[in-house]
Amino acid sequence: MSRLHVVSGKGGTGKTTVAAALALALADQGRRTLLVEVEGRQGIAQLFGTEALPYEERKIAVGPGGGEVFALAVDAERALLDYLQMFYKLGGAGRALKKLGAIDFATTIAPGLRDVLLTGKVCEAVRRQGRDGRPVYDHVVMDAPPTGRITRFLNVNDEVAGLARVGPVHHQAQAVMRVLKSPETAVHLVTLLEEMPVQETVDGVAELRAASLPVGGIFVNMVRPPLLDEDDVRRAADGERQAVTRAFSRAGLGGARRGGPAERLVGPLLDQAREHVVRVRLEQAQRREIAGLGLPAPELEFLDEGADIAGLYRLAKDIRKQGVPGVAG
Amino acid sequence: MNGGRRRPETPEGAGEAAGGALPVAPAAPAALDGVARLDTDALLDDPATRIVVCCGSGGVGKTTTAAALGVRAAERGRRVVVLTIDPARRLAQSLGIASLDNVPRRVEGITAAAPDGSGDASGTDNGAEESAGSPGTADGRGPGELHAMMLDMKRTFDEIVEAHADPERARAILANPFYQSLSAGFAGTQEYMAMEKLGQLRARDEWDLIIVDTPPSRSALDFLDAPKRLGSFLDGTFIKVLMTPAKVGGRAGMKFLNASMSMMTGTLSKLVGGQLLRDVQTFVAAMDTMFGGFRTRADATYRLLQAPGTAFLVVAAPEQDALREAAYFVERLAAERMPLAGLVLNRVHGSGADRISAERALAAAEELEAGLPDGPDDGPATGGAESAGPSPTSAAASGAAAAEHRSVEHRPVEHSSMDRTADQLAAGLLRLHAERMRTLDRERRTRDRFTALHPEVAVTEVPAFPGDVHDLAGLRAIGEQLADRADQPAAA
Repeated sequence: MSRLHVVSGKGGTGKTTVAAALALALADQGRRTLLVEVEGRQGIAQLFGTEALPYEERKIAVGPGGGEVFALAVDAERALLDYLQMFYKLGGAGRALKKLGAIDFATTIAPGLRDVLLTGKVCEAVRRQGRDGRPVYDHVVMDAPPTGRITRFLNVNDEVAGLARVGPVHHQAQAVMRVLKSPETAVHLVTLLEEMPVQETVDGVAELRAASLPVGGIFVNMVRPPLLDEDDVRRAADGERQAVTRAFSRAGLGGARRGGPAERLVGPLLDQAREHVVRVRLEQAQRREIAGLGLPAPELEFLDEGADIAGLYRLAKDIRKQGVPGVAG
Repeated sequence: MNGGRRRPETPEGAGEAAGGALPVAPAAPAALDGVARLDTDALLDDPATRIVVCCGSGGVGKTTTAAALGVRAAERGRRVVVLTIDPARRLAQSLGIASLDNVPRRVEGITAAAPDGSGDASGTDNGAEESAGSPGTADGRGPGELHAMMLDMKRTFDEIVEAHADPERARAILANPFYQSLSAGFAGTQEYMAMEKLGQLRARDEWDLIIVDTPPSRSALDFLDAPKRLGSFLDGTFIKVLMTPAKVGGRAGMKFLNASMSMMTGTLSKLVGGQLLRDVQTFVAAMDTMFGGFRTRADATYRLLQAPGTAFLVVAAPEQDALREAAYFVERLAAERMPLAGLVLNRVHGSGADRISAERALAAAEELEAGLPDGPDDGPATGGAESAGPSPTSAAASGAAAAEHRSVEHRPVEHSSMDRTADQLAAGLLRLHAERMRTLDRERRTRDRFTALHPEVAVTEVPAFPGDVHDLAGLRAIGEQLADRADQPAAA
């Protein structure tokens, strides 16, 4: 069963929202999940309507049956200092390194190290155990970098292990990689039913698979039910145009006479319906593309009111109903 | 591709391309009341504009905007190069830059907006509005050209090394494992290289307009920070530590410093292993001579971005996250004294029937679905008679004949089922409209929040197209929307 859920997706697909909803969905029946943000955008805080998250794990929501969601915004610099402190007791040396600009170097100029730190911190949370020997978190959900960068981001430890052939960094990188490539991890991609995001998803899945990273599922976000089909539009436009006009009129939208308000409504509404039909057709083509990947692809409804807490709970319910890819039962 | 029709009258022209890029012409978004309009044509036509930088968060259509501006500027007579960072495949194909070779390629199918030679009849009908913006731009210069390229960051990095180090040193750097990882695109390298490429393109002076798409960075202004970061790194002591062999020596005053430095390299070596540290050290040593050059150019590019010939366009979609990022951009650009031209708001929805609110449409739909008693004011009799007549076939003459052929007992059944269907159709149309109006309201609220915060920012809106844009015709259509010449008030 996957315990580390890495959520990626093209920009604008709602990756952070889905990650948050997934963390909520996994936090039921007393389970505890940790939602981690690694890109320093404070998206989680905005979503949950809380103040900016500090670099510490704090509870931000509760799930059904006593579940809990904790959140953490990882800061690369703090993570590096932590890491030095934790593994090498280098508190003082860490400060000295910072003074020398080494921390800047590590977290910006050599950004590969930054990704090592971020993935390292997340894997630490996955492996952390309480006094009772049980994992502190049942699940860890990472709001990860976008699809275009995800494979490299996750694989950075392989690269670093290759660069630093000995020493603690080498071992640390290898340990992280072991977690990321194990069935304990599932990488989920978020997409919309639009061409570019789906194309990027298909490419992303191929890259992840080529790098032997475990792909979990595809979250199809912001799905709206089709309301009218092509046939409907054709009939409303031709054969039954007048009947539709009269229906508008009877529903109180003005007189049905030629040039009356109800009649003038038909044209613009038909235009919208045609756009809708085009969109539905494109969406079906995208669904076929996604189905071709052979992965679970839960669909999440479009949130009319925007992604707020109530919306998150609804999405979490959607996810629970359809099952979390990589988590049986 | 020959662009026979130059300016498709937007709605029909776009609608024609059924099955193509833009099967349906979207309704224009409502007019922007009280907000300064961004005049992209004036910007593109102004010969003083040499660089346009499109920035914004991921997934807002930044690359498409950059490409559309490129097409439009070229067709209006400028010699343009578009630098894209990571275009979607089909968009890249539409520009003919599907192969990533780090060199600008000429885009075929660009048709001069002003005809070659004389600017008479056809020239004026076409150029009437343009000449209002900036007289004479398109005429004097002949047809424009569009070049496009996709950034290959590793290649760009390699080229810098090759250009600035002697062959032997260059070989040493290129073979260094640390360099290979760094240049192959650890996050961050892209930003440096985009800046570097921009500087290169500008230095070549082959184009009179460079349009840059920016990388989808985690913090989208990373590319602005790139030169500074490089600078702070180069100023830092760390680089000296890296280059200090781990032995103490030199003058007495330096002794303590050197000791601490050697302790530092010792620590680093413990952490990452001697091999990597040596790799980094040889890399830094080999790059040392080039760092000065790097920094000079990075600083020059930074100043170039502040120069009057540069214009920043912040691109966003009318969604909370995107506009929040946009506001951040606007503030950052101001703080950096970078010249902001305005905001491009992509994928804005409009409606030809926005006088009917979402609530009203929904209420009407529900009434129809609940099965209205036959019409209250239109009268049941008239309604029935009319629909039995022209409605089923819509051909006037056959209507009556068809009605006569129906058997008496058949007629009411068929009639009522037809009527119900019509009601359902009407209800479906209304539900769709309600959905559209909710989108519209949401977008407007989000946009208004932005404009209230930044009333000084000029805005142009591009309507949402149902499908993706991936050919020149589509880019041209977007370019027209960007120009937004049809300044018709709220009438439509």
